[in-house]
Amino acid sequence: MSETLPATGLLGASWLLIALPLAGAAVLLLGGRRTDRWGHLLGTGTVVAAFVLGLACTVQLAGLDERSVDVDLFTFLQTGSLDVRAGLLFDPLSAVFVLLITGVGALIHVYSIGYMAHDPARRRFFAYLNLFVAAMLLLVLGNSYVALYVGWEGVGLASYLLIAFWYTRPAAATAAKKAFVMNRVGDVGLALAVFVMFAQLGTTSYAGVLGNVGLLAGGTVTALGLLLLLGACGKSGQFPLQAWLPDAMEGPTPVSALIHAATMVTAGVYLIARSAPIYDASPTARTVVLAIGAITLMIGAIAGCAQDDIKKVLAYSTVSQIGYMFLAVGLGPVGYVAGLAHLLTHGFFKAGLFLGAGSVMHGMGEQTDMRRYGGLAGKMKITFVTFGLGYLALIGFPLLSGYWTKDAIIEAALDRGGVSGWLLAGVAVLGAGLTAFYMTRLMLLTFFGRPRWEGVDGNPPPTPHESPGVMTVPMIVLAVGSVAAGFLLVRVFPLADWLAPVFGPEAEAAEHVLPPLLVSVLVTLVVALGALVAWLFVGRREVPVIAPVRVSPVVRAARQALYADVVNESLLMRPGMWLTRALVFVDNRGVDGVVNGAAAALGGSSSRLGRVQTGFVRSYALGMLGGAVVIAGALVAVTAG
Amino acid sequence: MSIANYLVLAAVLFTIGAVGVLVRRNAIVVFMCVELMLNSVNLTLVTFARSTGTLDGQLIAFFVMVVAAAEVVVGLAIIMSIYRTRRSASVDDANLLKY
Amino acid sequence: MSTLASSMAAAADAGVQIGTGEAVAFWVLGPIAVVGALGMVFSRNAVHSALFLVNTMLALGVFYVVQDAPFLGAVQIIVYTGAIMILFLFVLMIVGRDTSDSVVETLRGQRVAATVLGIGFAGLVGAGIARATEGTVVRGLDAVQGGSGDAADGNIDAIARLLFTRYLLAFEVTSALLITAAVGAMILAHTEREPGSRQSQKELSRARFLTAEHPQTLPGPGVYARANSIAAPGRLPDGSPSAASYATGVEPQDVDELPPAGSLGAERAGIPHRGGTDAALGTLDGTGRDGGGNPS
Repeated sequence: MSETLPATGLLGASWLLIALPLAGAAVLLLGGRRTDRWGHLLGTGTVVAAFVLGLACTVQLAGLDERSVDVDLFTFLQTGSLDVRAGLLFDPLSAVFVLLITGVGALIHVYSIGYMAHDPARRRFFAYLNLFVAAMLLLVLGNSYVALYVGWEGVGLASYLLIAFWYTRPAAATAAKKAFVMNRVGDVGLALAVFVMFAQLGTTSYAGVLGNVGLLAGGTVTALGLLLLLGACGKSGQFPLQAWLPDAMEGPTPVSALIHAATMVTAGVYLIARSAPIYDASPTARTVVLAIGAITLMIGAIAGCAQDDIKKVLAYSTVSQIGYMFLAVGLGPVGYVAGLAHLLTHGFFKAGLFLGAGSVMHGMGEQTDMRRYGGLAGKMKITFVTFGLGYLALIGFPLLSGYWTKDAIIEAALDRGGVSGWLLAGVAVLGAGLTAFYMTRLMLLTFFGRPRWEGVDGNPPPTPHESPGVMTVPMIVLAVGSVAAGFLLVRVFPLADWLAPVFGPEAEAAEHVLPPLLVSVLVTLVVALGALVAWLFVGRREVPVIAPVRVSPVVRAARQALYADVVNESLLMRPGMWLTRALVFVDNRGVDGVVNGAAAALGGSSSRLGRVQTGFVRSYALGMLGGAVVIAGALVAVTAG
Repeated sequence: MSIANYLVLAAVLFTIGAVGVLVRRNAIVVFMCVELMLNSVNLTLVTFARSTGTLDGQLIAFFVMVVAAAEVVVGLAIIMSIYRTRRSASVDDANLLKY
Repeated sequence: MSTLASSMAAAADAGVQIGTGEAVAFWVLGPIAVVGALGMVFSRNAVHSALFLVNTMLALGVFYVVQDAPFLGAVQIIVYTGAIMILFLFVLMIVGRDTSDSVVETLRGQRVAATVLGIGFAGLVGAGIARATEGTVVRGLDAVQGGSGDAADGNIDAIARLLFTRYLLAFEVTSALLITAAVGAMILAHTEREPGSRQSQKELSRARFLTAEHPQTLPGPGVYARANSIAAPGRLPDGSPSAASYATGVEPQDVDELPPAGSLGAERAGIPHRGGTDAALGTLDGTGRDGGGNPS
């Protein structure tokens, strides 16, 4: 960690970055229907303002000697020896995320004005989006793990609200609950990590924790790393908590683009990158990160190959790409920059792809089944072009964004050396091929071939049309970003230099296992092969409108996302429900039974005893005589003995 | 023939009185049964006084008679009072003291 | 008192043998007492019960006398049999002696339980007495009171001596108890009335006649009638004919009525009075023949 400077100038006002969207959300939520007419403009305005402010802050930061600024705000918690100052840390890493969040966020806000134009609850949508942006900015700007945790839960809440935005749909409500519950699993890990930090170090600030990792025992560091990784897995949809992310596509498409592709799901990568000293100190935790990244990469890619829902394909693609990022940050110093670069470029092209998908759905009457698309290239020219650029960037077409960043990851994995290096690189290359396959399949199904958009369930067939300008402009901007971002980040404004204060100077591999050019050619060949296979399977043949049922077990498994939900249900949900039922039974019958039984026994016996009180004096007298007989008998018995 | 005869007679009378209290419903008859029980106790007192050779038993029997007289007066007044209000002298009709 | 103590010791040595006469008295009166007790319990008529109880009490009084307690025997007969049982009979007459018990037992198992418990109690106590009194020496009361022994005082003197010495406090408390019982009985049996609220017979009947339209019962044939004819209506107390007494289908008409004028004793005696026979009955406003009936 480098030294931090007190905030000066515009950086002192960096708290406005969070405050602006938060105020927007508050106004929109508390203002109610009065804000219906201009609410979307306010929501967009706050994020645009935050972007401008973030840009200015970044420029100022670039001019400082020590590019790390601490903005002390107020005492957040003070109890016993725990003293949490609420403060912001504006350093190159935060700045990158701030620009991504506010930049892509602003574009998606603009897009949403058009996309949600016909939704009566548009104001609420913008309020939630603003809330999300505020929480996400707090997540990346906070200067302690507690602040990060607050933002972490804030984005979880916003995600929940936005997935369930159309809460009258059972599928959306269920998906939101699923996302919330699976996120809680990860959040428990993060919360425990914060507890461990406080218990072991007495502080939760980045400076205090990351600067003192050396004081901790090896086991503690590993535990810390694994707990943080659990939190990251939950938020980023990584194995084994990946199942919620595809279901989260039930939310409106801008939400999928902003939260579930570009920003929130990358919070796990941010967490691991921010906690780099912890992973540097624990090779075990780092290896686990690597393994999870590789596994998730393959799961996402395989599952994406067999989905028919356009947004689900993109969602599994997101899972897979974040797997790349985890793989990268798991590689250590050589991979941090590559992973974050991929994060940024992915933010651009995946957001662009989602917006394009939203545009397609917008034109197709909210139809998401790709088998009912086809031949849309001519009907939606702007969408086709921007989507196509995003597609090329994603599969790693040479010189586009994905090419620069993904190849860097593969090279870094290869440079790890040894069997593990070859294995990881092989997985990454295979993933790249699969990515090319499913994305080419998506392109072919959507934009090429015979139109298959006849009416469904008696509805008239949709009339595909281009979306309004308010939607296409963000798509164009993002497409430009998709094309250029990789080149800019790697060659023009090297991200490695920018992030050097955080991760130290770029650790150049002493010797490449294979020459970079050879790797690039190899990867490009694999990608081309994947695209070719996709064309052979999909583009050359007639596509059935109804997905064929009799398919190979591999396809069936891929459609089921490798049975993640089945595993979750059978391993976790069922036993959990059994446990719950057993506990309910024990509670109802056991605990309540004892209490109620005692009360009932008391009540019953007293009412029965009460019947003895008949009110008839002669009955009472009989009792007296009985007593007298007993006494006399006792006396006789005693004297006889 | 010994004093045990008197005592057994007293026990028999006492038992008859007690059973009478239990089976009769006319409050006045019940009262008479109580008086019979008191009398049987008096008989035992007198008998024991004779057996022990002291007069204290007779004194106590005397006091029992006095107390019984007072009790009868009050008891009969109560019976009359109840009869005036309820038009009944049956002990079963006064059964409000219950659960 | 030293002589008394020594004489008691002497008596204790000797003991008292129960004579044949007493045994005869016991075997004659004992069954009578038991029969009286049983009769009291089993008589359905409460008066019979009381008489059976008197029988038993008399027998018990004799037993007292036999057992050197003549004072108690007298008190038993005078107070119990004479006073208390008479009080019982009074109350029985007030409450209604013919309210005999019904035979049906309302409490389930009461009779059986009472019988079983009673027999068990009697058996246990009897067994206990038999065991306890086996071999005890009956000292008798000759040492402390008159009789064949050497005591100076009789039974009454001895009781009085004890009563006013050792049992004085109990005796005084007993007097308080008796007073309290008397007052309590008066309060319980007394029903409160306003002084002077009790109306005389005259006031009652006048009120009745003044308020009701038909103060008396409807006249039957011949009531108040002073004629034998069926056509003569009955007369109301004020002398007017009662419409309710008209015979069906016969026109009411004036007939000669009895008693004829001048047959009243006052007329014959020449005493002046207002009006005739009917006038002698008095008028509604209370002014009678000679102003009598006016309460003033």
